[in-house]
Amino acid sequence: MGIFYFIAFLSVLFALLVITAKNPVHSVLYLILTFFTITIHYILLNAQFLAIVNFIVYMGAIMVLFLFVLMLLNLNVDSEPVKSNIVKFAAVIGGCCLLATLFGALKLSASSKPVLLADPGLGLVKSLGKVLFNQFLLPFEISSILLLSAMVGAVLLAKKEPKAA
Amino acid sequence: MESFFNAVKTVPLNHYILLSSVLFCIGVTGVLLRRNAIVIFMSVELMLNAVNLLLTVFSVYRGDASGQVFVFFIMALAAAEVAVGLAIIVMIYRNTSSIDVNVLNRLKW
Repeated sequence: MGIFYFIAFLSVLFALLVITAKNPVHSVLYLILTFFTITIHYILLNAQFLAIVNFIVYMGAIMVLFLFVLMLLNLNVDSEPVKSNIVKFAAVIGGCCLLATLFGALKLSASSKPVLLADPGLGLVKSLGKVLFNQFLLPFEISSILLLSAMVGAVLLAKKEPKAA
Repeated sequence: MESFFNAVKTVPLNHYILLSSVLFCIGVTGVLLRRNAIVIFMSVELMLNAVNLLLTVFSVYRGDASGQVFVFFIMALAAAEVAVGLAIIVMIYRNTSSIDVNVLNRLKW
C-alpha cells in the first residue's frame, strides 16, 4: 500500500523534472528515472515480462538513442530559447485543465474496487506468449514489417544526399 | 513473494487511473511548454508510458492478458516511431542548424 504511493510520487516528481529541466541531457536522465519507476509499478502488478521489456527496450535502447542524438547534434548545452512567460503560463493552465477534465469525466474522486491480482501467472512470459501466438499472431507478424519499414525509412532519411551537380 | 503482492492489493483502481492521468497531463504540458524538438519528443514518450501503465493495470484488474499484449505492441510501435522521428530531427538540424520548433513553423523549402 505505502510503497505504491511512494513510487507514484517519485514517478510524478521525475516527470515534472523532465519538463522543467533546462539542460536537455538532464531531461533525458530524469526520463530514464521516470521509466524506472514505471518498471517498478509493473513489478508491483506482477507483469514481469513487461517490466523486463520496459527496462531493456525503453531505458536501454530508446533513451540511449535520445542521448546519442543529443550528443551528436551538440545540443548538450542549455542554450534553448525560452518561450515567453504568457505562453508558459497558458501551457501549464492547459495541462491543469486537461487533468481537471479527466478527473471529472472519469469520476476519480469516487471509491472503487482494489486492483486484485486474481491470477498470479498473468503477466509471465508463458501466458503472454500463449495469447500472443494464438490470438494475436497476425498483428505480431505485421509489427515485424513495421519495424523493418521504420528501419529502412530511418536509414533513407539520415543518409546524406549526393550533391546534384 | 505472496505477501509482497498482497501489499499492492489494497490500492484502488481509481488511484492508478489518477496516476496515469497525471503523467499523461505532464506529457501534454511538456509538449506545450518546451521549444526543443527532442524534449517535445520525450514528452510524447512520457504520454505513451502513461497509457502503457494504465493498460497493464486494466489487464490485471480484469484478469485478461490481452492488455499486456497490446502494451507489447505499443512498445514495438514506439521503437519504430523513435527511430524515424530522430532521423527526421537530425535531418532538420542538418538543413536549418536548429531544432527550435518556432523556427520550423512554416513548411517551405
